[in-house]
Formats: sequence, structure tokens, C-alpha cells
Amino acid sequence: MTPETILLDHGAGGKLAHRLTTEVMLPILGNPILDGLHDGAIFDLPAGRVAFSTDTYTVTPLFFPGGSIGDLAVNGTVNDVAMCGARPIFLSLALVIEEGLTMAELERILKDVAVAARRAGVAVVTGDTKVVPRGAADKIFINTAGIGVVAEGVNIGGHRARPGDKVLLSGSIADHGMTIMTQRAELGLAMEMQSDSAPLNGMVQRMLAAAPGIHVLRDPTRGGLGTALCEIALQSRVAIRIDEAAVPVRPAVAGACELLGFDPLYVANEGKLIALVAPEDEAAVLAAMRADAYGEAACTIGEVTVGSPGQVTLTTGIGGERIVDMLAGEQLPRIC
Amino acid sequence: MALKHVQEYRDADIARHLAAQIRDRSRQPVRMMEVCGTHTVSIFRSGLRSLLPETITLISGPGCPVCVTDQAEIDAFVALAREPGVIAATFGDLMRVPGTESSLQRERAAGRDVRIVYSAFDALKLARAHPDRQVVFFGVGFETTAPTVAATVMTAAEAGLENFSVWSAHKTVPAALDALMGMPEVAIDAFLLPGHVSVIIGTEGYRPFFQRHRMPCVVAGFEPADLLAAVAAIIDQVASGTPALANAYPRAVVAEGNPKALAVMNRVFAPVDAAWRGLGTIAGSGLEFTPAFDRFNARHRFVLHLPVPVEPKGCACGQILTGAKRPPECPLFGTRCTPMDPVGPCMVSSEGTCAAYYRYAGRGNP
Repeated sequence: MTPETILLDHGAGGKLAHRLTTEVMLPILGNPILDGLHDGAIFDLPAGRVAFSTDTYTVTPLFFPGGSIGDLAVNGTVNDVAMCGARPIFLSLALVIEEGLTMAELERILKDVAVAARRAGVAVVTGDTKVVPRGAADKIFINTAGIGVVAEGVNIGGHRARPGDKVLLSGSIADHGMTIMTQRAELGLAMEMQSDSAPLNGMVQRMLAAAPGIHVLRDPTRGGLGTALCEIALQSRVAIRIDEAAVPVRPAVAGACELLGFDPLYVANEGKLIALVAPEDEAAVLAAMRADAYGEAACTIGEVTVGSPGQVTLTTGIGGERIVDMLAGEQLPRIC
Repeated sequence: MALKHVQEYRDADIARHLAAQIRDRSRQPVRMMEVCGTHTVSIFRSGLRSLLPETITLISGPGCPVCVTDQAEIDAFVALAREPGVIAATFGDLMRVPGTESSLQRERAAGRDVRIVYSAFDALKLARAHPDRQVVFFGVGFETTAPTVAATVMTAAEAGLENFSVWSAHKTVPAALDALMGMPEVAIDAFLLPGHVSVIIGTEGYRPFFQRHRMPCVVAGFEPADLLAAVAAIIDQVASGTPALANAYPRAVVAEGNPKALAVMNRVFAPVDAAWRGLGTIAGSGLEFTPAFDRFNARHRFVLHLPVPVEPKGCACGQILTGAKRPPECPLFGTRCTPMDPVGPCMVSSEGTCAAYYRYAGRGNP
């Protein structure tokens, strides 16, 4: 009988570990490559340059409206590979589990991984599980690495923005960060908010099909839209001007930001991208974004200018001007 | 998908109209001070200064509760967090404020039990959930926050909770306005009065101050259009030479304020002299426990060994809080003192003047 909770023994390489792999993980995640239970995955890749990325996921709570650590771990890495202009194909999955996590929680997380991988069209082909004593981790940490292939003629890079480029955004900002924050805070706010956790590789493929010459792609995760734009402006040595009124923020998210004193420009997203494209590509790329389920609200929010290199400015809702700087440290809820 | 566009545009129309009206009518220089961190941030975030004529100077005063909290109080919070068995409950923006030896953030990293809460009631919940621990809430804030803390203390008294206490470092706004006007280096022609505080104390809360100083005092809300309406009212008062205590935030503020909240606050707390960072000790500007509730006073419950407070060298927070200096005039601004590694409290809180300058006006830019 399978014990109800994860014990240190599950990570010790013995019988329990074997049963965890064969009886719990494979039925959920299995595919021909993984099923071999080899020390590593062996596969062919299509021709082209390879994009390779890794990220580690930790979130409290593990499950939240709109997602869980399981789909974040898939979508986050899929999106990082996609932002290289690549089509992600394979993932690795490494779990660091704190003893005491219930088997039900683990299964729910793994199912979310499986569903997210299917939705993104990628396969988990290798993995690892470690169990650490209580207190040595916070329930579960997940690392994923992803590998993908970049099509010929695609050349995406943070240094490639040029004056005149249009700045496109795939939808509303700050949904993920504010959902997590309000969940954690137990604010008792019956606000309709959910994480935007989503795979963006499908949208990127549509965009590249419409305009292979896209200059920059970036998913504004931690640090938010503001920080991502500052990074691009620095790397490309250009100035960027955006229009606050053009940046979509859902009312509930805007309300929660106001309450806690947060600036939505610096709140994390997990299913949004920004694209910098030549003006002649703007219409085609926007149409491609809007044709994707995760880009229906895509819009142009600004443009690249010849101002001071590295500087991002914002025209406010009332027509004022201000600077957008990088986020400095985690935003903390204010007193009031 | 319901987005916020339409409303933003509507606000923008009103704001543009008000800004044009102000540019049209403003003739003589006016220095006006806002005493509310939320105003400070709203002014920066909306780029409001860029819409105003040169005649108008907006000065950020001591409106951020974290920024005016004295170094000795921060040292006490750190010492309380170090007490065995204590759960220290605090608002988030106190976490990074550097005390003489440490900060709450560093203490948490060192393994002390420091919890971020969103209201004093959350701290009370912690006390109920951990009957074997002492839960101390760090009471920082103005008249906006103090009534909720007072209500929490009354709830704790009714429930007979013995493991809950509050370190009250609350402050009241009108007393600080008086102190500011008595400082020779302070040159202010008018006040934009804080919206949230005024919800509680009402416009009448400032009446004694107004009668002493006879200068334009206008209560303002937080949307850019609210702030512009208050600026316009001040301009008109200056132009006509008829200073008044006025309310440009009538959808939230009434003359008598919120008597119920005031009554709760006055049952639990009574005025006491309090030290403000940058302004020194101001008579009757703090809130300490009344005898009936003094058993919840953390100042009596714990015996703390506190360091002699040392304020950071070169830090101009004091002069920035009085409007005597602007952040770029501080030698540490943007170099030794940044939001990542703040030296003074004005850089720590998101509503601090230095943090707002750094984030929204560009580091070091005038």
C-alpha cells in the first residue's frame, strides 16, 4: 500500500523510491522516452540552433486560482525557451520534496505538470526526485530545464531593439503576482483574480510565422513589465516610451494594487509576453497574437525612441511624463 | 475582458481640464506641501508635476508613517523580535528599515519569527493560534491606522487574550503641521491635507491649526484629478487672498470625520509627546495606551536592552521630511542610499519621498 505522505525513504533509492517512480510518476507523466527509466534521455533533435534554459520554482501557496507550482514549472521554462524564438520540445523535471508532503498533493502537482506539458506540446523526458527533512525545504521545489530548436532566419535578442520599433504586449498585466499576494495575505478580498500562468510557445510560433524578423521577445515575470522594458532598453542602448492608458490592467487587480500600494508595472506575470518589432511588422504580429488563445487582448503599448539609452518613460493616464525604473527588491505592502 | 481603459480616459479628461485651469489662473509662486505618502506616490506616478506651471512647487512632507518613525522605535522592534518566544507582527514596509544594529528583515533571515500582517486583527489571529507565544504588533501609522489597532486591543480585552500586545508608535497629523510651521527652515504657503487621515478626523480636526495659521488648507483625494482639484482650490484662495480650510474630497471626507472611529481610538489611546524622525519631539503628537488598556502595552511587558540610537551619517532624511531639501540634494541619494540598500527610512518605504524620487524621477535626476 502506498503511504499517504512522502517520507525520507522515498528519496533513498530503494523500494519506496522505485514504487514512487513506477506507480505514481510514470502513470501520470510517462512517454516512450521517459518510460525507459534510463539515467538520461536519448533523443534526436530537428536541425537548427538549440535553445536551452532552466528555472527553479517555489511558490506559496502551491495551488492558487489559475494554476499551481506544477503548471508554473512547465509554463515558465517553456516560455523562457520560446522567448529565444525557439520551439520547445523536451523538458527535464527535478523535484526537491520536504518530507510530509501528502501523496495527494504530489499527485495533483504531477497531474498539473502533465496537463501543462500536453497543452504546451512538450514531453518530460528525464527527471529526479530528492526528499529532504522537514524544514529543509518549503513543501516542494521544482526545477525544470527545457530544450528547443530555433528556426532558420529567426534572430531574437534583448540587444536588437531599434528606434522606431513598436512595443507590443499580449494582454493584461500583474494578474499572477496579485493573485499570489492576495492568496497569501488572506485579505478576505472576494476579488475575481486568477494567475495568467500559460504556455506562450504557440503564440510565438504564430508571431514568427507572421514576421520572422521580430527583434525582441521577453516574458515579464518577476520584476514585471517595468523591469523587463528597462532591461531591454539597457541591452539595446535605446530609450522606450510607453503609454500608461494603453497597458491593460483588470479592475480587480488594479484595486488590489491600490489597496496594498503596489505598482502593477512591477508585479509578476506568468503568461504574458512583450515583443519589439519593426513598425512595418506591427499589424501582422498583433493579428497573430490576437489569433492565439493567450493573446486575445494584445495591444501596442509604446515605441522605441532615440532618447537617452537605457531610459524608459511613461506617459501617464493624465498626460504627465515620468520615468520607469527597474524594481528594487520585492514590493512590500504599505501601511495605511 | 473588462479592462480599465474607459475610466482612465475619463479621469484623464477631467485632469487635463483642471491642469489647464490651474496654468491659466496661477499668477504668483505658491509652495504647497502634501503630508501623505499616498499623495506623494500618486503625484509621481501620474507625472502630475509635469502638468503644473512653474509657479507651483509641490513639497513632500512627513506623510509616510515609516519615514517619521524614530530610530529608537525601530531599535525596539528589532529587540522585540529577538525576545525568546515572541512572534513579531508588522506591516510589510517596516521590514527593511535599518535600525542602529539590524532590521526586521535581517532578524527574520537570522531565524526570528517576524510575520508580515495586513492589519492588527491579523496579529490578533496569530495570538489566538499560538497561545504559548507572545505576539507583539508594531503599531505605526497615523489616525488612519490607529482606530483599527484600538479596536483590535478592545477585542483582545474582551477575549481576555494575555499573549497579545502592541508597541504603539502611532502619530497624529495636526500636531505635526503645527511643528512644521514653527521650524524656521520650513517655507510653506499651503497644505494639501491627507485624504485618509481626514476621513477619520474630518476637516474640523484641522480647525485649531487653521485658526492659528490662517493659510490655505485643502483636503485632497488620491486620484490625479482629486489632487489637481485641491491644487486649483489653493490657487484660487491665494489669488483672492482668502485662505480657507476646505474639502476637495467630499465623496469620502465630512466635516466631523468618523466619530465612532475617533471614540474607539480615544478610549484606547491618549495623546503623548512623541519623537519624529527629522522633526524632533512634538508635544501631544503620539498615541499611548490609556490606563484602562495599559496591560496591552508592549513597552511595559518587555524589558529591552536597546543600543544608543545612531542615525546614519550624511543622511538628509530629516531635512527631506520637512521639505528643506529635495532628495537629489542629499549626498547619499542614489549612490550610497538606494531602495536595494537604503540608508534612511525615506528610501525604504514605497511611500517615502526618496524612494518615489528614485523610482519615478530617475536616480539623481533633478
